[in-house]
Amino acid sequence: MTRKVTLTVNGTVRSASLPDRKTLADLLRQDLGLTGTHLGCETGLCGACTILLDGRAVRSCLMLAVQAEGHSIITVEGLAPSATELHPLQQAFCDEHALQCGFCTPGLLTTLVEFLHDVPDPSAAEIREAISGNLCRCTGYDTIVKATLSAAARMRAP
Amino acid sequence: MNGFPDARLLGRDIPRQEDPKLIRGAGRFVDDIDLPGLLHAAFVRSPHAHAAITSIDTADAAALPGVHAVWTLDDLAPHLADTRLVVAMPSPSYRLELHRPVLARTEVVHVGEPIAVVIAENRYIAEDAAALVAVEYDVLDVVADCAAALQPGSPTAHRDAPSNLVADMTIGYGAVDDAFATAPHRVQERLWIHRGGSHSMECRGLVAVPDPLEDRLTVWNSTQMPHAARRLLCDILGLHERQIRVVTPDVGGGFGPKLIFYPEDVGVSLAARLLQRPVKWIEDRREHFVATTQERDQAWDVEMATDAEGRILAIRGTVIHDHGAWTARGVNVPQGAVSAMPLAYVVPAFRMQILAASTNKVPVTPVRGAGQPQGVFAMERLLDAAARTLNIDRAEIRRRNLVPSAAMPYETPIRTRGGIAVTLDSGDYPACQQMALDGADWDGFPARRTEARTRNLYRGIGLANYVEATGRGPYEHVSIRIEPSGRIFVATGAAAMGQSTETMLAQIVAEQLGADLSNITVTTGDTAAAPAGIGGSNSRQAVMAGSSAHAAALRLRERVLDIAGELMEVAPADLDIVGREVQVKGVAQMRRSLAEIARSVAGTAGFVLPGQAGPGLAASEELVIDAMTYANGTAVAEVEIDIETGAISVVNLVFGHDCGRALQPRLVEGQLMGGIAHGLGNALFEFMAYDENAQPLTTTLAEYLLMTATEMPRVTILHMESPSPLNALGIKGVGEAGVIPIGAAVASAIDDALAGFGVTIDRLPISPVDLLKLLDAARER
Amino acid sequence: MKPPDFTYHAPETVPDVLGLLATLENARLLAGGQSLMPMLAMRFAFPDHVIDLNRVAALGFIEHHGATLRIGAMTRQRDLLNHPAIRRHVPLLTEALAHVGHRQTRNRGTIGGSLCHLDPAAELVSVATALDAVIEIAGPSGTRDVPMAAFPLGYMTPSIGPDELVTAIRIPLPPAGHGAGFLEFSRRHGDFAIVSAAALLTRNSSGRIASAVITLGGVGAVPLRLAEAEASLIGETPTAPAFARAAAAARGIDAMEDALIPAWYRTRLAVTLTGRALAAAAARLS
Repeated sequence: MTRKVTLTVNGTVRSASLPDRKTLADLLRQDLGLTGTHLGCETGLCGACTILLDGRAVRSCLMLAVQAEGHSIITVEGLAPSATELHPLQQAFCDEHALQCGFCTPGLLTTLVEFLHDVPDPSAAEIREAISGNLCRCTGYDTIVKATLSAAARMRAP
Repeated sequence: MNGFPDARLLGRDIPRQEDPKLIRGAGRFVDDIDLPGLLHAAFVRSPHAHAAITSIDTADAAALPGVHAVWTLDDLAPHLADTRLVVAMPSPSYRLELHRPVLARTEVVHVGEPIAVVIAENRYIAEDAAALVAVEYDVLDVVADCAAALQPGSPTAHRDAPSNLVADMTIGYGAVDDAFATAPHRVQERLWIHRGGSHSMECRGLVAVPDPLEDRLTVWNSTQMPHAARRLLCDILGLHERQIRVVTPDVGGGFGPKLIFYPEDVGVSLAARLLQRPVKWIEDRREHFVATTQERDQAWDVEMATDAEGRILAIRGTVIHDHGAWTARGVNVPQGAVSAMPLAYVVPAFRMQILAASTNKVPVTPVRGAGQPQGVFAMERLLDAAARTLNIDRAEIRRRNLVPSAAMPYETPIRTRGGIAVTLDSGDYPACQQMALDGADWDGFPARRTEARTRNLYRGIGLANYVEATGRGPYEHVSIRIEPSGRIFVATGAAAMGQSTETMLAQIVAEQLGADLSNITVTTGDTAAAPAGIGGSNSRQAVMAGSSAHAAALRLRERVLDIAGELMEVAPADLDIVGREVQVKGVAQMRRSLAEIARSVAGTAGFVLPGQAGPGLAASEELVIDAMTYANGTAVAEVEIDIETGAISVVNLVFGHDCGRALQPRLVEGQLMGGIAHGLGNALFEFMAYDENAQPLTTTLAEYLLMTATEMPRVTILHMESPSPLNALGIKGVGEAGVIPIGAAVASAIDDALAGFGVTIDRLPISPVDLLKLLDAARER
Repeated sequence: MKPPDFTYHAPETVPDVLGLLATLENARLLAGGQSLMPMLAMRFAFPDHVIDLNRVAALGFIEHHGATLRIGAMTRQRDLLNHPAIRRHVPLLTEALAHVGHRQTRNRGTIGGSLCHLDPAAELVSVATALDAVIEIAGPSGTRDVPMAAFPLGYMTPSIGPDELVTAIRIPLPPAGHGAGFLEFSRRHGDFAIVSAAALLTRNSSGRIASAVITLGGVGAVPLRLAEAEASLIGETPTAPAFARAAAAARGIDAMEDALIPAWYRTRLAVTLTGRALAAAAARLS
C-alpha cells in the first residue's frame, strides 16, 4: 500500500508518496534524489547508508521510509555549511587522504559527526570503536582515524 | 623521500581531483544514475550447485503488475550472436572449454548462476516476480573440492565433461630432479591456501540506455575494463563499436572481479534494446557472494632442496587450483601464483605443475594480488621450514637467497603469460629486508616475547618477502587536448575505481603544462572519450597510463612552446608554461595565455596556421611497454596468541617496500594500507565457506568477515625508491603490493609464537578453531 | 534485497498495539528493526502486516525504584549503555552492552527487541538470564510476568503469544558490593559472541562466596545457567582454584555447533570464559 510521508531532510521539509515496504535509504536516494547515502549491503552490516535521525547515527537501510514521518534527517549532503565550505570532518578527510573510492565515506562522516558531538576529545581507540560498524575496503582505516583526531582538535578550538 | 627533486608537482602530495564531489556525497556511482522511464532488473538464480533444468515457467512472474518482461535464454538467444561469453585469455594449457552461457538453460553448475532476467518498474517488484519464476531441477552430483575433483571416479562439475581437469601447465627451468637427487637437505610443505572475494563496498551494476534515434546504446557500468566490455558487448549483440558507448561512472572499489565481463552485462544491455527503455541492475550483497567471481582454494604440494647453508638449489611441486564452474578469465591466477613464488630469490632450478580443476562454485578470477599472495605464502613457508631444519635465523636464510642488488637487472628463465621474459628491473632486496627488520626491531624481539608471557600471551614475530609484477602492458591510451578556452582535457582508457587515477594523471600532465591542477579535467573509463584502452588491473595504471600521459604531455608542451615562440618571436627554449600562460623565462610580463595559443592553431578558413605541426593543441600516446616492472618489499608481523581461545592478534606490522619513484607518497601509502588490511583479512578472517554440497555458507557480511577499524594493528610503512629503468618516470605499480606478503608474514609469526609447541601453519586463513586444532595435534605428538 | 510487500501500522498506545495484534493475521512487531529489517530484506520473513512500536511513547523508559530497575521494552540500547544508574547498580548490563553491535545499531536497537528476537548469542539475552530479569507481557486478558528462566521456549522462540506484547523488563538489582564480570569471544569487535560468560558474585562477612551466578551465552539454543557450578562456589573463597573447579563444570555442557564453529570449540571457550568471568567478578567485589 502507498502513503505519503513528510519529513525534514537537511533542514528542508520534504514529502513523498511511497509503498509501505520502501526503506528510508531508498526514499532518500530514489524519491528525494539524495544519492550520497550509499547502499553496500542492505542488511545493516556495512554502515555505508548511515544517516543522522534526530541527531543519532542510524542505518537507513534498516528503517522503513514511513517510520521517518515527522523526523529530522541529516544526510552527507547536509553536513557542509555551504557550497564553498566543508564541515571540519570533511576537510580533514580530504587533507588526510581518508577516502579513496569514496563509497563508504558518507556513512563514516555521519557516524563520526554524531560521535564527535558525544565525545569531543576522543582517543584513537575510541574512534576505532565508533567506526567498527563501518566497513571500508580501500583505506585500512588509519587515515580515517587520523582525520577524525585532526577534525576533533579543530572543532574543539575556540 | 622525493624521487623527483626538480619537479613542480611530481613526488609531492597534492589535493585529490576526486575528493570535492565524493566528500559531499555528490559522486555519481552507477546506482545514483536515474533516468525517465528507468526499469529495474533482477535475476532468477540457481539454488543448486549442480542440477539439470527440466523446466522454467515464467507465466506467474510475467503476470505480476509492474513486470515488463521475464526472459530465459530461449527468449534472448534469437538476439545474440553467441549465447556464451567467450572471454578466456589464450593459453595452450586448457583441457576443457568452459565458456559460460548468458543464462543457464539446460544445466546449472553453481549456486547463484543466473537462469532468467526479470524487468520491472522497480527493484521491489522485480524481486517479487523473480520469486515467482518456477524452475524445476534434477539435482546432479556435486564437485565441491578442487583436490577431490581430480581424483579418479569423481563426479564432474559439468555432466557432459570428460573430467574436471580444466588446464594443465608446467612452469619451470633447470635440472630440478638432479638437484633434488644430490641436495643435502630438503623440506616439504602441503599447503591449503584460500582467498575469498573482493567485496568492494559497491557491488557490481550497470545502467543500459538505448538511443532509438541513432540505434545506439550507452552502458554505464561499474567495470574496471570499459573498452573490453564494449568489445564483448559488440561481439555478443552483433553491433559495431560506434553503436555502444561504455562509461565507467565513479566506482566504489574494484579489487579485481570488476574486470570480468558478466552474464548480467549482456542480459541488461539486451533488455534495454529489446524494451527500448533504460534498464538498471544493481547487484546486491547476497548476489555479490554467489555471482561475482572470487579467488578461493589452492592446494600446494611443494618441496625445496637446499645446501647446508640454506642456499636454495631447487623447488618443485604441484598446485591444484579451484577454477570454479566456468572460465571467466583464464588460468592467470594459478599462473601468477606460481610465477610469483621464486621471484625474490635466486632459485637455480624450478618446476611447478598447475592443475586447474572445475568445481561447482563461482568462477575464479583475480582478486587484488591475483595469486601472488599464494605463491609468496608457499615460498616463505618453505624458507621458514628450511630455517627451522637447518637452525638458521629466518631473516638470515632469506638474506642468503635474495636476489642481490648487484645482479640487477636480473633476467629469470620465467616467462609471463604473454611469453615475455620476467626480468627484475631494479631494487635492493636485501637492503629492503634490512630496513623492515630494523623498523620492526627484529633483534629486540625476545624481550617483547618475555613481557607477553607475563600477560599469559604467546608472542611471535615473522617476516615475508615479495616481488610483485606490476604495470602489465602492452599500452594504455592517453590523450591531452588544450581547448581554445585554455582548459586542458585529458582522456584515457584507464579506469578509476578509487586509486586516485584522475589525480595521478592530472599531476603528470600538469607537471609539463603549467602546474595548475584546477585547469585540468581528466576523463577516465569512457569509450567515447578514448578510442582504445585496456583498463584497470595488474597494478598497471600509473605505470602504463602515467607513462603515456608523461610522453604526451612532453610532446604537447613542446608544441605549445613552439607555437608560442613563433607568436611571440622568442626562442622556445626561453619560454616556460606557468599556470595558464606561456611566459618568457625571467620576464613574466611577456606572456601569452594557453587560450590564445590554442585559438591561434584552431584554424580559420583561408588563413595559414602558425608553426609547422598543423592544427590544434593536442597530443595522444599509447606508449607500448611490454616488460613488466617488479616492485618488492618485506613485511614483518608480530602476533600475540591466547592459546586457550585460539585468538590471534596482530599487534604490530612493519611494511618496507620499494615501488620505484613515488608520484605521491600519500597515495602510495593509501594503496598499501588498503592492501595490508585486505592481506590481514585473508590471513585471519576472510573465508568464503561452502559445504560438501557446494552450498555457500557465508553469504552476508556478518558471516564473511572483512577487516574493521578495531581489528587493525599498528602499521608502519617504510619506503625505498629504486627507479624502474623501464619507464621515463621510474615508477612501479603499488595497487596490490600491500596484500601480497601479509599472510606469509603472519603465519611465520604464529609459528614463532608457538614454536615451543611445534605448531606450524599450513593454511590460510587461520581461524581460532584452526589454531586450537593445530595446538591439540601438536600436543598429541 | 528489498522487503516483500506488507501493510504498515503505527499505533501510539499499548492498547492500540494489542488491538491490532488481536485483529491482524500474520503480523510482526517492529521494534528497533536491527534484526527484523535484515530478515525482511533477505526475504526470510513474509509478514502481511508490520506493527511499528516506535511511536508507542509509553514503552520507552528507565525507572529505578528501590531494589528494582524497570526498563520499557522500546528503550534503546544506547540509552541503557549511557545510563548512570545502570552503570552504578548493574554494571554487568553496561559491560555487556558495550559488546552489543555498533554505535549505529545501539542507537536504534531496543532491549525488548533483542530479548524477543532471542538470539542465543545475544549479550542482552544472556545478561537478562544472569540477572533473573522478569519479562512483563501485555495481552488481551491483561498482563503477566514471565521470569527470564522461563521466557525462552526454544531456539529463538520466546514465550509470547501471537496477540501479546513485551512491555517492560524488570531487573532486581544485585546487592551492593557484588562483583560482576562479562566476557565474550567474538571474531571482531561488535560481532555476535561465539560464546559469552556472565558472572555475578557476592561475599559474606567472612570473605567467602555467598552467592554465585554463571550464565553462558552462545553455547546452546537458549542461555545456560551453570546451576551446579553456582552452588559449588557457595562458601568457597573467591580465588583461582575455586573458579577453575567451577569452570570445569562447563566441560559437561551440550554445546551446539554450526557450519563454521564445532561444538568442542564452544565447550572450550565456555570453560575458559567462565573462569575469566568469575575472576573478573571477584576482582570487582567490594
